[in-house]
Amino acid sequence: MNKLRNSQLWQLILANARELLREPAVLFWGIGFPILMSLGLGVAFTKKKDVTVTIAVIGRNHLIHAPSDSVSVIQTFLLRNKAILKVGKDGSISRELTVPDEKLGGTKYIFSDMSWKKAMVMLKRGNLNLVMDESGSQIQYHFDPMNPDAQLTYLKFSKLMKDPDLIIRESETEIRPLNVTGTRYIDFLVPGLICMGVMMACMWGVSYDIIEKRSKKLLRRMIATPMKRSNFLVALITVRIAMNFVESGLLFLVASLVFHITIQGSVPALILFFLSGNIAFAGIAVFLSCNTAKTEIGNGLINLISMPMMVLSGIFFSYHNFPGWSIPAIQKFPLTMMADGVRSIFIEGAGFGEIMLPALIMLVIGVAFFTAGLKLFKWH
Amino acid sequence: MKQEAIIQVKNVHKSFKSVHAVRGIDLEILPSQFIALLGPNGAGKTTLVEMIEGIQKPDKGEILITGKPWKGNEKELRRIIGLSLQETRFIDKLRLFETLRLFASFFGLGAERCEEVMNLVGLEEKRQAYVVNLSGGQRQRLALGVALLNKPRILLLDEPTTGLDPQARREVWMILKKLKDASATSLILTTHYMEEAEQLCDYIVIMDHGTILKEGTLHDLLGKSSAYIEEKQEYKGPPRNLDELFIELTGRHLNE
Repeated sequence: MNKLRNSQLWQLILANARELLREPAVLFWGIGFPILMSLGLGVAFTKKKDVTVTIAVIGRNHLIHAPSDSVSVIQTFLLRNKAILKVGKDGSISRELTVPDEKLGGTKYIFSDMSWKKAMVMLKRGNLNLVMDESGSQIQYHFDPMNPDAQLTYLKFSKLMKDPDLIIRESETEIRPLNVTGTRYIDFLVPGLICMGVMMACMWGVSYDIIEKRSKKLLRRMIATPMKRSNFLVALITVRIAMNFVESGLLFLVASLVFHITIQGSVPALILFFLSGNIAFAGIAVFLSCNTAKTEIGNGLINLISMPMMVLSGIFFSYHNFPGWSIPAIQKFPLTMMADGVRSIFIEGAGFGEIMLPALIMLVIGVAFFTAGLKLFKWH
Repeated sequence: MKQEAIIQVKNVHKSFKSVHAVRGIDLEILPSQFIALLGPNGAGKTTLVEMIEGIQKPDKGEILITGKPWKGNEKELRRIIGLSLQETRFIDKLRLFETLRLFASFFGLGAERCEEVMNLVGLEEKRQAYVVNLSGGQRQRLALGVALLNKPRILLLDEPTTGLDPQARREVWMILKKLKDASATSLILTTHYMEEAEQLCDYIVIMDHGTILKEGTLHDLLGKSSAYIEEKQEYKGPPRNLDELFIELTGRHLNE
């Protein structure tokens, strides 16, 4: 036991782990941030929020009382549906009507009585996108046909107006949103976030760490001792990969508790694949940091490698949105390879058979870059 | 019987692109001898020390440590050398004792030796302090402690007191004086503080522009200098200290 405690590899692993765990910012960016991101994006794209739309009503005063000579269509609609009357501090009058919808999210309509001039000002400011004018013999809807929100407001509202009695039955329409596990955005997102986390952790946790230690002359100080050089890198990578397992595990745990995400494929295959992805990025990180002692250059190099992959590798949206000619190249990025593989296990139920080849390729990438990096490695 | 030198530097040259940092230096250091390499910035002191510690390779010439070259003997020689580099920073978020444990492990040493060294450099009270929270003087004492972990036969200190206040500097000197009294370690110390060289070292090498201007004991240096001035028939009395000597040799101050 004492021999282990005095061994240089163990002391290097301890030193790296302590350095990592004692830096609150590292813990936040490594663990807290991906979880917050998955929660934020997951909530944003998984459950449709209620929408509020404002509709300007032009012409006569339709919202307060029924004129004695005639009853307008909008007036009848609002009264039958018991729209709530609201009077603003400035005397402005509006009626609010909420149409609930569990599946697609409810819509709160705010009907504001206003002049044409004021409606145009509010339209230009983006405060509303539909103007309704009943001053003539028929109802006129005014909106920008190029604005999808305006189109949607028009379609939803005009449908209600055709038969106000249908309001109650709005939530019983035939629209059936897909919410089967594996088909939601969050199911697509979480595996991508896990892979992106691994890449970023290796880039900053290995590459930047090496460059910083070199710039502080700590590497030089260390190799002036009988320290085995490979022990230094092995300890650094071991701690980083162990931490990646913890970070990704926590992210998965939160996602499974909040969004009921499951792993539909083989868990041992996932562990193996995850490990090979880590090795790939750790190898790239060592190569990236093998020569420079300037943290500014390190910063640039890390961004140069990680930013294109972050954008192109299909972390937040499918890379199939990019032009067809670029897809084969994108699929060869290590992050794409890892994200595709992890997703296939999470969502499609893949096992060893499906992931062995990409796992092997990533392993080769990692070992090749690590070996090249070690050959070119400058200790001072 | 003549004592065999523990370090032999033979006609060593080193250039960095167009800068000739070291130009044909010969030097021998005996066991338990404390040597100061004294000179202004850019004199070539650090490059010479880096070549002695095996970090830089000479372009020309030879360096032998205990009669052996670095090539093929690195593992063995690293075990007998302790060093403190200019401006080394340790891992900020490691505690002082953990830092000692880390470096001790490179020599296969355990906690017991770390305790001894911590006492030697007077940092017992800072045992649990993070390195980042240590003062400049405490960090320098830690660097010295790390250098002493393996009870080195050769200790190389590159400007160990630069940037320290007088009190912290004296604390480092006290540690080195204790070391001189208690062990057979040879020391090479680079400095541009003449007082440091005078206080700690029994042999002084004055360098400038990559060459040795003069070397010897403090007494020899000041005496020889007087003779040199007499030859030039410009006798103004012997130089009172190394700074005056340096001015006489180069026409400028050590700190310029």
